[in-house]
Amino acid sequence: MAVELYELTVHELQERLARREISSEEIVKSIFARIHNVEDKVKSFITLTEESALQNAREIDQAGKYTGIAGIPMGLKDIFCTRGVKTTCGSGILSNFVPAYDSTASHRLDEQQAVLVGKLNMDEFAMGSSTENSAFFATHNPWDMERVPGGSSGGSASAVAADEVPFALGTDTGGSIRQPASYCGVVGMKPTYGRVSRWGVIAFASSLDQVGVFSKDVRDNALIMNIISGHDPLDSTSAAIEVPDYTSYLDGDVKGLRIAYPKEYFQQGVDASIKELIKKALLKYEELGAVVEEVSLPHSEYALPAYYLVAPAEASANLARFDGVRYGYRDTEAENVVSMFSESRAQGFGDEVKRRIMLGTYALSSGYYDAYYLKALKVRRLIANDFEKVFRDFDVIVSPTTPTTAFKLGEQSGDPLTIYMNDILTVPINMAGLPGMSIPCGFDQGLPVGMQLIGKAFDEATLFKAAYAFEQNTAYHTMKPALGVK
Amino acid sequence: MALTIKEVEHVAMLARLSLSEDEKKRFGEQLSSILNYADTLNVLPTDDVEPLTHILPVKNVFRADEARPGTPREEMLANAPLADEGQYKVPKIM
Repeated sequence: MAVELYELTVHELQERLARREISSEEIVKSIFARIHNVEDKVKSFITLTEESALQNAREIDQAGKYTGIAGIPMGLKDIFCTRGVKTTCGSGILSNFVPAYDSTASHRLDEQQAVLVGKLNMDEFAMGSSTENSAFFATHNPWDMERVPGGSSGGSASAVAADEVPFALGTDTGGSIRQPASYCGVVGMKPTYGRVSRWGVIAFASSLDQVGVFSKDVRDNALIMNIISGHDPLDSTSAAIEVPDYTSYLDGDVKGLRIAYPKEYFQQGVDASIKELIKKALLKYEELGAVVEEVSLPHSEYALPAYYLVAPAEASANLARFDGVRYGYRDTEAENVVSMFSESRAQGFGDEVKRRIMLGTYALSSGYYDAYYLKALKVRRLIANDFEKVFRDFDVIVSPTTPTTAFKLGEQSGDPLTIYMNDILTVPINMAGLPGMSIPCGFDQGLPVGMQLIGKAFDEATLFKAAYAFEQNTAYHTMKPALGVK
Repeated sequence: MALTIKEVEHVAMLARLSLSEDEKKRFGEQLSSILNYADTLNVLPTDDVEPLTHILPVKNVFRADEARPGTPREEMLANAPLADEGQYKVPKIM
C-alpha cells in the first residue's frame, strides 16, 4: 500500500515539496481526510481551521517557494493565542475568547508559513495529567481508545500519534509535554526554562511554564525547535542565549557521552516492566559507546509536594485576571462587582482549577506564606542543587518518563493526589528549569513507554544528539497505532 | 491538619470564588489531604537555604521608554462581555 501523505514526518514532507512531487494543498487535504476519518474516536481538536488551512496552502503553492517548513501543517495546543482563532485554554471561562494577537512561538511558525490545522484539546488551564479536565470533552489515546492520552497537552500528543498532524506545539509546567508524549509513543521536548518565549501563551505557573514540541521523530523535533527558540523582547524571562542549529547534532555519535541514571527514579512505584525497558535502553547506549553510571538525586521525593505549593501559588495569581470584565465568561445576573467576580469564576472554572486556586491562595495567605510557599522555594533550591552536582560529571540523565503506561479514562478521577503522582518523574525537571525530553523506548502490553532524557540548562543540543542515536538504532518511533480504521 | 469550613470560606473569599456548601466540604477535605502531603517537606532542614524564586540569573529587564503602536481599542473590547462608549462596563462598585 502506498504511504499516505498524512503519515509522513516534517522532514519527509519537506523533501517531497522541495522536489515538487507534491503540493501543500495535497498535504493539507490528506491531513483533513485523516482527521475526518479518525477524529470522532480520538477527539484531539477543540477547533479545526480547515478553510483557512486550504487557503493558506494554495497561496503557498502559488508562490511556489518551499523553504523551511512552508506549506507544512501544524497543530497548536489551545493555550497559544492565535489572532482571529478561538483560544479556550480548555476552559469554559474562555469558551468564546478570540485573541487579538499571536503567541511568539506560533507567530514564528506562521512567519515560516507553517499551515495551522487546528487548536488541540488540553486539561483546563493545563492543570491535569489526562486531558479529562478539558471543559469540552476527553481525548482518547490512539493506542487504546479506553485510555487517556496523558496531559495536559493530551490533544497535541494524540494528534501526532494518530497522524492528524505531523507536529504540534504544547506546554509543560510539570510534565505536560513529556508525560503525554510517553503515553502516546511520540517525541516530546520541554526545553530549558527561558529557551522559548512564553508571550501569548496563557499562563499557569510562570516560573515553571515552558513551550515545547511534539513530533514523530527526533529530527522533526530539532528542526521545529530551531524555529521557535531564542530571545523575545516581549518575554523578559526569555533567555538571550545563542540557539545552536539543533539538527547539526543529529550524527548518532554518543561515544564517550556520560549518562547518569538516578536510582530514585527507579523506585517510587515505577512499573517493573518500565524499569526493565529503560535498563535495556541504557545497555543500548553502552553498546553505542556511552558511559553509563548510577547516581543519586537525594531530594527527588520532595519535588512533587514542593511543586504542588509553587505551581498553585503562581496559578492563583495568574488566574486572578479572569474576572468577567475584559474577556471571558461573565455572570450577568450579579448585582455588584464583587459577586460578579465570584460568580463568574465559580461558573467559568472547573473543579481542578478551583482546587488549585484555593490551594495556592491558601499557601500565599497571611500566616501560611512562610510555612508553605517559602518552604517550597527553599526545597526547590535543594532540588536544583542535586541536578547541578550530577551535571558536573555527566552530560545527560536518563530515567523513565512516567511510572506507568497510560491509564483508563475515569480511572483516576477520584482523589487528586493519586493523579498528581503521574508527574513524579517529570516535575523535578521543571523545578530545576532544565530541558527534558521523552522518546519512545518500547511497549508494555501494547502501550507505549517513554524514556526521559534530562540535560544541562540550555544544552538541548546534547539531548537531541543522545535521543537521535537511540532512535536510529531502534524502531519504536516507526510503530503506528491501528486505530481500528483503514 | 484539617481545614475548617470557616478557613475554606476565608480562602474562597480571598480567591473571589463563590462555593456551594458541598464544594466547601469537598475542597476542604481535599486541600487538607494535599497540605498533609506538603507537610512532608518539614523533615528537611532549610534554615540556611536561599529560596529559589527564579531559575535564570536575570533581574529587572528594561527596554527603551518609547511609545509603540498597541492593539486598537475596538479589537481589545471585542472580547468584553459588556462594553459601552469605548469602555468596559461593570455592575456598580459602590
